[in-house]
Amino acid sequence: MERRSSSFVIALAEKRNTTGAPNVFQKADAGPSPRETATKKRFRLLAEAQLPRLYTIARRLVGDEAEDAVQDALLKAYRAFDQLEHASAGPAWLASIVVNVCRDRGRARARAPAEVSLDAITDFSLYRKIADEEPFPYSDSLHLDFLEQFEAEDVRAVLERLPDRYRIPLVLVYVDGFATKEVARLLDTPLGTVLAQLHRGRKLFERQLWLYAAENGLLVEGRR
Amino acid sequence: MITCAEAVERLWAYLDDTLAPADRAALEKHLGICRVCCGEAEFAQELRSFLARSAGEELPEDVRTRLIASLDELDAT
Repeated sequence: MERRSSSFVIALAEKRNTTGAPNVFQKADAGPSPRETATKKRFRLLAEAQLPRLYTIARRLVGDEAEDAVQDALLKAYRAFDQLEHASAGPAWLASIVVNVCRDRGRARARAPAEVSLDAITDFSLYRKIADEEPFPYSDSLHLDFLEQFEAEDVRAVLERLPDRYRIPLVLVYVDGFATKEVARLLDTPLGTVLAQLHRGRKLFERQLWLYAAENGLLVEGRR
Repeated sequence: MITCAEAVERLWAYLDDTLAPADRAALEKHLGICRVCCGEAEFAQELRSFLARSAGEELPEDVRTRLIASLDELDAT
């Protein structure tokens, strides 16, 4: 069965029936010009090459809605492609569109995890917690053994527990490898705010790693 | 000399290379004499790698096929 996000289908239909001013991809008379054909080809090459990265980013940010988010982002990018001045900026430009589509979806879902008091995490140290609790008494690499209990889906589940404003910068920097300055640009947020969000996000992540491990039986020696 | 709490507070920013030079120097001085904070620093580095490793998510073939089909539709407009 063919699967498309409804917004993608509707937007596509609107685009086909548009009577407004044509953009670089549209022409009132029949047949695209060579310039339009070349532009379409450039968009196609860029988008196709970036699909894995866009999907990975979206998967981290909106989970199961990743495919729909990427489809929405492709349509937005297609419509705005003539605004991209430098081809070398294409991958970052596409990523920024995906990030913003995902943020909009996050806001629309309003599925914010329960707020955690930041006071409660300010002094939390996962390193000390593991050392104090000694979950694996016979281990000679306690901290590494703790991390090895987590499968990829566990890490995703822990990240999902963080509020968007901490999770998104955390994922973009530490999972997807963006520089903090790039993240500030992507999110249209002052660098100082991003750094503060990263600081709190890391603390929350450490705290939630421990809580998740305790709740899901990961603190049992020899489990994996 | 900064305290252990101050040192731990700055570790990730140190690893991210976003600390001001003076804070960086103070932290490095502290790490030079504090074994516990060195352990914290090593663990912070492990956690960063741990998060980066969790990125290994591939684009499933069926999703790729549908996204390519969407691009085909855009090409046809």
